[in-house]
Amino acid sequence: MPHNHPETELHNPQSTKPPLDPHLKALENEAIHIFREVAAEFERPVMLYSIGKDSSVLLHLARKAFYPGRVPFPLLHVDTGWKFREMIAFRDEIVEKYDLDLVVHTNPRGAAENVTPFSHGSALYTDIMKTEALRQALDAGQYDAAFGGARRDEEASRAKERIYSFRTPDHRWDPRNQRPELWNIYNGMIRKGESVRAFPLSNWTEVDIWRYIQAEEIPIVPLYFAKKRPIVERDGMMILAEDPRLELLPGEVKREEVIRFRTLGCFPLTGAIRSGATTLDDIISELETATVSERQGRAIDRDQSGSMEKKKREGYF
Amino acid sequence: MTAPAIANAALDDATEVVTYTAQEPVRATRDSRPLRLITCGSVDDGKSTLIGRLLWDTKAVKEDQAATLQRDSNGKQNDLGLPDFALLLDGLQAEREQGITIDVAYRYFSTDKRSFIVADTPGHEQYTRNMATGASTADLAVLLVDARVGLLEQTRRHATIATLMGIRQFVLAVNKIDLTNYDRSRFEQISHEFRELALSLGVRQVTAIPVSALKGENVVYDGRASMPWYDGPTLIEVLELATTRSAQTVGFRLPVQRVSRPGESFRGYQGTVAGGSVKPGDSVVILPSGMVANVTKIVTFDLVRNAAVAGDAITLVLDRQVDVSRGDVIAAIDSQPMTGLAFDAQLVALQPEGIQPGKRYWLKSGSRRQRVQVQPASQLDLKTGKWNHADELPMNAIGKVHLIFDEQAIFDAYEQNRTTGAFILIDPDTNNTVAGGMITAKRAALGGIHAEESRVILSLPADLADQLMATELFAGRREDVEVRRVTAGKAAEIIDTIDG
Ligand SMILES: Nc1nc2c(ncn2[C@@H]2O[C@H](COP(=O)(O)OP(=O)(O)OP(=O)(O)O)[C@@H](O)[C@H]2O)c(=O)[nH]1
Ligand SMILES: [Mg+2]
Repeated sequence: MPHNHPETELHNPQSTKPPLDPHLKALENEAIHIFREVAAEFERPVMLYSIGKDSSVLLHLARKAFYPGRVPFPLLHVDTGWKFREMIAFRDEIVEKYDLDLVVHTNPRGAAENVTPFSHGSALYTDIMKTEALRQALDAGQYDAAFGGARRDEEASRAKERIYSFRTPDHRWDPRNQRPELWNIYNGMIRKGESVRAFPLSNWTEVDIWRYIQAEEIPIVPLYFAKKRPIVERDGMMILAEDPRLELLPGEVKREEVIRFRTLGCFPLTGAIRSGATTLDDIISELETATVSERQGRAIDRDQSGSMEKKKREGYF
Repeated sequence: MTAPAIANAALDDATEVVTYTAQEPVRATRDSRPLRLITCGSVDDGKSTLIGRLLWDTKAVKEDQAATLQRDSNGKQNDLGLPDFALLLDGLQAEREQGITIDVAYRYFSTDKRSFIVADTPGHEQYTRNMATGASTADLAVLLVDARVGLLEQTRRHATIATLMGIRQFVLAVNKIDLTNYDRSRFEQISHEFRELALSLGVRQVTAIPVSALKGENVVYDGRASMPWYDGPTLIEVLELATTRSAQTVGFRLPVQRVSRPGESFRGYQGTVAGGSVKPGDSVVILPSGMVANVTKIVTFDLVRNAAVAGDAITLVLDRQVDVSRGDVIAAIDSQPMTGLAFDAQLVALQPEGIQPGKRYWLKSGSRRQRVQVQPASQLDLKTGKWNHADELPMNAIGKVHLIFDEQAIFDAYEQNRTTGAFILIDPDTNNTVAGGMITAKRAALGGIHAEESRVILSLPADLADQLMATELFAGRREDVEVRRVTAGKAAEIIDTIDG
């Protein structure tokens, strides 16, 4: 949409969507409020964009919050170099379509020291290519606020995090000493070098995300929908086998299965699920009867209880 | 009367243990806002265990999470061989090491009838600030008491903070009833004691339930097998029928978060409606400037709307060029908030430094941040329920204060509007949030421009003063009057110090 609106054009003519139900509407209102508050109070906000479903919702809410203006901050994608191919294609398409500013950062150590999920193991790889890379990118951009799509229902330490989550100059989170956060009055006062991570989706659940994607017709990466795809089985996970850098280990065989992904990250560390869900309706009903949580398919979260807190203290999102 | 109305009427009755059976579904899960509730009460009374049990019994715990719980509970299993349900909530390493809750955990679950956002708050006095964080947005409080121990000072503190923050529905969960051999008289004694406290706080909606959080009795499943004497509702039944806070009824309020100027032809004021409603054509006033304009459009991403109500995040377009900036409040012209330089408030001191008299803090309310000087007036004594004079407020104190501003401040009373009546104080030295407060009234600007007007100080018996203040004449000029309640001795002392 153009930025200058003759008055008659303000009505969005394609909109035939029924109004949101009160539950989603309340979540949307809260998120928009947070976006506007951060944009007004901070000098250099940035939005972490990971291309997944939560990021897609986050971006949609940002566009809504600042309409009819442009999204007044850049998107930051920390690219490990090991994302699914379809994710990168989707990212570029969205940036073009919505006229967004995108910053992409990859930790130079990745190439220099050849850090891969295979050579360094998931924990160290994540530490270098995600956590360290994020810190580099935030420092380089001198961002004083970073939006993230984390939800409190994802994990026990996230359930404890404030909507404005304060970070020291070296990006550390001190979970024992968070600022009180009363009502919807957010304290955005920081010193130079300190920053805040802001989480507009804090109170959303996984089902809320999907129901909102459906209600608002938000585009998402096709990998979320079931399709016959090539996979190999490794460490009890089904890994997508389309990237030539994935070398088969002795005994591993490539085969085709109808699968989809419940979360998206780096392809060697993200497990697919067997599923026939090809529509949003299918996904939602699958979710409502799911017996395992969404983090289950992620290698990096499975190390031990408290591993997420540890990563977060060190600056992971 | 419809079925839910009967149940709510029953909830209203504060003098009896409420008795009713589960009703037909009130509404489908997604047809309404979720109920926001907190658990509170003294340390170790079983708050986290109760919520863990609630999540467990409503099937909100997935298989992989259950497996993790079993693994984490290993070795620390209780006599009953049940997992340590509190570990579903106490997710921080420090919490697990110490076996206590430090910060609020927010969890989401639903039944066939509705969805819930629960904040599990810490009982430890040191972390009262985190309890206040959870309480500020809650519709209902589940207050836990250990059946063996009864009400403690911390129980009273939590009940008081919850009430100050506007919670009017309480569930008293008399927990660990299994450890009293399901002693009915113990349950009734504690319920009675709490009802007295609740009444003194002005709370009438109390449901008392004997509970074993650990064994899951009267949480989701009834505990009839062990407590045949109890025929009231389970916890979940009460929660399903509780009401969410209705949008307050004062006039339209829009605290301006940002001004949107994407091009020459468009100028909109962005914010979340904090009260009342608005539609094109309405006359509004911009505060503090007092300029007047009319609403021409309510813009949102999807469509130009013909009305917006409390809670809606909108962009408002006005019919003329007026000076509006972040922190201003756009309000209904015929129902304006209070503006002034001096207000009375109640607050909870949240940090070790307490609240110091004369210190200049930042006050943030809505999108408005301004300098304020805070004069403590009194502090609540939790044991007696009395307000005692205080010059400063230590951490965790509940106090009454006077707020003195350099520039015009804009508020509603918290009782009237939970958004425009609430504020936080920020210490400019540490940038930390040091208090959460609720506006009670505007103060006459006695020391300000009217300093030379003549005034009369009267000392009256309390009953006579109450009668006078109830008159229409008095009520009409309430804003011009300052009232302090003191003892006769203190009054004599004060009068003696005045010559004239
Ligand atoms: N027997 C019995 N034990 C219980 C019950 N509820 C809780 N407990 C035990 O009481 C202890 C404290 O429980 P928590 O749930 O951690 O208490 P809490 O109120 O959350 O504590 P803080 O958050 O630190 O204030 C644990 O050992 C529980 O297993 C109950 O109903 N019966
Ligand atoms: Mg606890």
